[in-house]
Amino acid sequence: MITRRRLLTLSVGAAAFAALAPAARATPAEVQALLRSLVGEGKPRPGRIKLDLPLLVENGNAVAMTITVDAPVSGPDRVESVHVFAEANPLPNVAAFHFGPATGRAVVSTRIRLATSQTVIAVAKLADGSFWSDEIELLVTLAACLE
Amino acid sequence: MARALLNVPKTVKRGQVFEVKVLISHPMESGQRRDERGAIIPRDIINRFVCTYNGDLVLEADLFPAVSANPFFAFHVLAAESGTIDFAWRDDQGAQHSESRPIVVE
Repeated sequence: MITRRRLLTLSVGAAAFAALAPAARATPAEVQALLRSLVGEGKPRPGRIKLDLPLLVENGNAVAMTITVDAPVSGPDRVESVHVFAEANPLPNVAAFHFGPATGRAVVSTRIRLATSQTVIAVAKLADGSFWSDEIELLVTLAACLE
Repeated sequence: MARALLNVPKTVKRGQVFEVKVLISHPMESGQRRDERGAIIPRDIINRFVCTYNGDLVLEADLFPAVSANPFFAFHVLAAESGTIDFAWRDDQGAQHSESRPIVVE
């Protein structure tokens, strides 16, 4: 049971932690954990997916990203979904796209935020159960604004 | 509230793969920023976006705060029958929006 005193200490502690902690960052380990929960046993193999991001990012607030999967959109090895992770953003998840039967091509573009220079990872899940990945290590000169 | 620019061709040929572009006006407040008093500005992002073509799923997106303000998406659709392309999205405040565009398949 939470008493009033306990609640008070908890909230003071939380406030102190919030004041001390710099902007929270995801870690490569968190991304690996997310990958494991997505892929299960085994590892995604490199290839069949291409992550297009600029190597040098001038403005981390809106970085154009295109993901192209070298897989058909129908049939036994059709692409089911792609997942994007950023190792040093406040949250490791960036976006997940699920392709349906009316998709014409396994390509999707969007714009993302990057908090700092880091590695971005994209993973494609195919209907045959295989996983494919691509990653880009990029430099960010102006970080996505956290303040 | 959220306005959107939707770029969908009016007519396409049967079997053609065509591109659809979507730009939604939304602040995508990340929940990481603080106001001048140091209080965290609550997160408010579009967390889900779905596009369907005559009821068939084209693309479904789970979005996180790392998606930029005024989110932009471009993807491809396979032309089958004349009908509509429907877009729907939902933000953290529970607001639902939908738009739809007719399309003619020749």
